[in-house]
Amino acid sequence: MPSSSTTNSPNSSRLKFEIGIVATLALFMIVIFPLLNAQGYVSNFTINLWGKYLCFAILAISVDLLWGYTGLLSLGQSLFFSLGGYMLGMHLMLMIGDQGVYAQAGKNPLGLPDFMIFLGHTFLPSFWRPFSSFGFAALMVFVLPGLLAWLFGYLAFRSRIKGVYFSILTQALTYGASLMFFRNDMIMGGNNGFTDFKKILGSDLRTAATQRGLFIATAVTLLLVYIGCRILSKTKFGLIQRAVRDGENRVLFSGYSAAHYKLFVFVLSAVIASIAGALYVPQVGGINPSVMTPDKSLEAVVWVAVGGRGTLVGPILGAISINALKSYATRAFPDFWLILLGSLFIIVVLLLPGGIVSLPERLSALWKKFRTKPPTPADGTSAPAATLSPITKS
Amino acid sequence: MIFFLRLVRTISLLVLCACASAQAADAARSIITKAILVENATAQRSLLTSLIGHGDESIPVLLAAWRADTLFVYTAADGSKIPVQLTGEKDTAEAQTAFRLDTGDALKDAAGQPLRLVGADLTAVEHTSALRRAMKAVLDLIDLAAPDSAKRIRAIQTIGQTQDAEKFPALLVRLKLETNPKALSALREACALIRLKDANDETKLAALAELQELHSLGSSDFLTTALKDAEARQKPALIAAAKAALATVASHKSKVDFFGTLFRGLSLSSILLVVALGLAITFGLMGVINMAHGEMIAIGAYTTYLVQNIFGTGLALSPFGVSFTIPGFNATGWAYGSYFLFALPLSFLTAALAGILLERTVIQFLYRRPLESLLATWGVSLVLQQLLKLVFGSNNVSVSSPFYLSGNWTFFDIIFGWNRVFVIGFAGLIVFGVWLVLTKTSLGLLIRAVMQNRTMASCMGVRTTRVNMLTFGLGSGLAGLAGAFISQIGNVGPTLGQNYIIDSFMVVVVGGVGSIIGTVISALGIGSIDQALQQVTGNPVLGKILVLGAIILFLQWRPAGIFVTRSRSLED
Repeated sequence: MPSSSTTNSPNSSRLKFEIGIVATLALFMIVIFPLLNAQGYVSNFTINLWGKYLCFAILAISVDLLWGYTGLLSLGQSLFFSLGGYMLGMHLMLMIGDQGVYAQAGKNPLGLPDFMIFLGHTFLPSFWRPFSSFGFAALMVFVLPGLLAWLFGYLAFRSRIKGVYFSILTQALTYGASLMFFRNDMIMGGNNGFTDFKKILGSDLRTAATQRGLFIATAVTLLLVYIGCRILSKTKFGLIQRAVRDGENRVLFSGYSAAHYKLFVFVLSAVIASIAGALYVPQVGGINPSVMTPDKSLEAVVWVAVGGRGTLVGPILGAISINALKSYATRAFPDFWLILLGSLFIIVVLLLPGGIVSLPERLSALWKKFRTKPPTPADGTSAPAATLSPITKS
Repeated sequence: MIFFLRLVRTISLLVLCACASAQAADAARSIITKAILVENATAQRSLLTSLIGHGDESIPVLLAAWRADTLFVYTAADGSKIPVQLTGEKDTAEAQTAFRLDTGDALKDAAGQPLRLVGADLTAVEHTSALRRAMKAVLDLIDLAAPDSAKRIRAIQTIGQTQDAEKFPALLVRLKLETNPKALSALREACALIRLKDANDETKLAALAELQELHSLGSSDFLTTALKDAEARQKPALIAAAKAALATVASHKSKVDFFGTLFRGLSLSSILLVVALGLAITFGLMGVINMAHGEMIAIGAYTTYLVQNIFGTGLALSPFGVSFTIPGFNATGWAYGSYFLFALPLSFLTAALAGILLERTVIQFLYRRPLESLLATWGVSLVLQQLLKLVFGSNNVSVSSPFYLSGNWTFFDIIFGWNRVFVIGFAGLIVFGVWLVLTKTSLGLLIRAVMQNRTMASCMGVRTTRVNMLTFGLGSGLAGLAGAFISQIGNVGPTLGQNYIIDSFMVVVVGGVGSIIGTVISALGIGSIDQALQQVTGNPVLGKILVLGAIILFLQWRPAGIFVTRSRSLED
């Protein structure tokens, strides 16, 4: 696999190139874009939309960390994403206080979230109480998904569940959890979930300044996650992580406990997904269990596949481009969006396993072939196939 | 003089009454005829009341005619009075055909020619409000003697549930005549329920003992009421009897629930089994994660829907803005009911063809990359779902079951739906068929050879591409068959497959990948546990969540499922 070494441990010039691009983009996203918004050149809608895209980009990195780098296709990332969202959402629900519909009508003296009044609850359930503190909610964004991931991962990796079995089991976990959150007796809003938020940390969520702040926070988080994963991939840990992907048995026979490495990556990516969810909720203004379904996990996997897995730029690129396409296509031709998404996915899996980021490399390889000698049928089929399979083990 | 007249009337009345009671089986027609001719209101009422217990179908017709003023009294040439019914079209002279009420034959004159009479010339038979009440009482109880035993039992149960003491004598009359054992026990229950409201404690005790003996599920509410009443009045004997009866009913109910759950579990298991069997072949034998398997189910279900409509009144579709109508045969009865027999093979074939197409275009390139086959087929599933939505609309459609699959059969208070019984039977047949194909045919041999070692089989001259194609077609076709069954049990929608895909993957994983018998056992296990948990928790969703949790824990214990396919290779 000649190219897998280049994609995963890029030579210094490529790395410098990537870092240069990322630094420029980060500067643009964190400083210039919000400034333009403050000056009125960029609409609030656009800022909000891009804030959403960046949240998805963080989620995509978490998927890639598992799938692209460790070879674990988890279909549970949407669960951790929405859990993070729910944790912060609980705090935001309690912050509505006397501004809720029932409170305005004078029917809610205790300041319960509206859906509880609607369902006939008379007092705040005990597990809701600590969430009135932002610090606790923020802590739970890390702790709860992390714990769940640790528990599930521990059980799964201990009994050496891997490959498609791991995918199917995570899918079942997500499915079960979403069924649970759809129920009203979870006291987590049931079908409708949480919505109608008013305030975060004392500032009004509906103002442009707050949304701008959230956008900057998301962009900064994305940058930090990117840097963190970049550093991780350069360490020995990252090396073993990729070794687990390419040949788990060899790692085991070399004396490493693959399960521990996998567990760490699983928990880490769950927490990253959860942070993305927590940033997503105040910007979108709500969360409901449909975000949690296994389909959403698969959608995130599509972003990574299209962008290019096993790289860190790929998922970001994929998440943003597919979601931009989605925003456009669901309005322009709503009936055909799913067909488009599905076909795109089939085409990428079949014809472009390296995703968008591998496109320049492929084209230049083709160009070189074309210039050195006229392509013969034998070359035309075998040569690209060799360069085109950055990851053959999956 | 007046006194004399009265005397005569009373005597005639007595005689008539005697006749009526002596000849209980006297034709309903003649009783009604007599009731019309008798001029005493009390006698009329008692004559009408004597109709209770008669199952004659002419009673409701005649009484309705009476109330609709189409009965008249015709005075014949010899002075005798004959009640007649005037029916049919009025001719120019306003005359209608007349029928003798006592025989039901046409009224004839001396020459034997049918007479046509004008209603306005005759005396209409009158009906006072008291009479109408009597008629209503007769009509209310008429079903008690209906020839159709199901109708009779329903009527008896209705009376029992209203606990109407006035209808008690009618029940007693019926009790003597009844021969059908089910109707008999229903009668006994209804009598006991009525006596439960009796003021006399002795009667109540007897009723409670009777109810305890019958232990019918329907009596539980009444027993609870009786128990509360007894407790309020502090009657220890009654309380004890009511409690004993309730306990018997409860233990009977738990038995019924147990077997009912077992049946529902079995029926759910067979659906899971048929769905998962196709997956056991594509996933278990071929190692392809086909996320579009659910859509193959939907394709099968929609094929059934199409076939049903073609046998029926046809179907109008407008996919992609093009409207067209598929004409139907407008078949009825057996011809229409036979649509399902055509739908079964057709849904298998359609889904199998779709599967072969999918294998040729997508999956054949991904045999060495199982995770990517999962992703690509998910893409296929999205496309198919949307296509189904565009063609058939996003709303659910309902497929009406043929008459031999609708209806149910009650045995010891457990309800067996025909469609579910059918699904259980057919699932067994399909498993047997798949087993035959895989073990007894040359295709099966080739399939097993290719699945064990694709390269080696290829070296031996097996045309692996063809075998792959056929195997995938078989797996998809089974999904299509499952779709045909599911269409008989619930609604059909574009996302139908999504409800089953996760469950069926679970079945295959738990059963042990590559093992058909494992799939059968795990489908049975998961189906019954699911139903049992639903029964215990009283909540379908909670039951499902618990099952998913249990599966995750089970795989801790046996990571490779119930039946492990042993192999010496390090990574498979």
